[in-house]
Amino acid sequence: MALRSTIGRVRGLGSAKEGVHHWWAQRMTAVALVPLSLWFVCGVIRLIGVDYATAVAWFKAPLVATLTVLLIVATFYHAALGLQVVLEDYVHDEGHKIASIAIVKGLAALLGLLAVISVLKLAFGG
Amino acid sequence: MAQSARPLSPHLQIYRPQLTSMLSITHRLAGVALAVGTLLLVYWLVATASGPAAYAHAQAFIRSWFGMLILFGWSVALFYHLCNGVRHLFWDAGYGFELKTAYASGYAVLIGTAALTLVAWMIGCSMLGGS
Repeated sequence: MALRSTIGRVRGLGSAKEGVHHWWAQRMTAVALVPLSLWFVCGVIRLIGVDYATAVAWFKAPLVATLTVLLIVATFYHAALGLQVVLEDYVHDEGHKIASIAIVKGLAALLGLLAVISVLKLAFGG
Repeated sequence: MAQSARPLSPHLQIYRPQLTSMLSITHRLAGVALAVGTLLLVYWLVATASGPAAYAHAQAFIRSWFGMLILFGWSVALFYHLCNGVRHLFWDAGYGFELKTAYASGYAVLIGTAALTLVAWMIGCSMLGGS
């Protein structure tokens, strides 16, 4: 017996009113992060021991700047979604839960934006 | 609602640890560690964007024993979460649920994590020696 309304099924919405969006976004960022993180680790390893000018020059390549920004966005999106699930599992007080998730998402936005701005400054800076 | 006396499943005090359950909780721990570890990435990017002095300061911190320790832990967590994440993606697609396969993929994740960490640090150390 179907306990869900027809319109709810058509919209694909469960009790959370967002359907599978959280689950799907976490998987898609995960898939994106597999090549992105491996690429970034390889890139950073090649920067070991180089001087400042060489490190800055690396970020000036359009492809490097683009992939790094993508990596940052996917990383902080994925991290915020993952930490949200952890908090939902272990923080039982409703008020604390909402507050901690809000703080985590705010911090993810702040740190992610800080990292993106830094990369853009390197990419466009003189 | 009196929820506090409700029994937990699995009952963690008497539940025998297994490879699969240990890898599962480690995946979550590694994810949280990586989220905290993004602070190092952001610090390094901000320092690089801020100029040579800040960059040198960040490099000195990363080169210190404490920085190296964090970086090593960060690399292990990254490679583990990456390998086990791919394992999870296969499960999401509906593959690998048989007990034998779940154990085999679990061991593969451990071997993959060790191999990737080893290769990354070997290349990293050779870069350091070569310059």
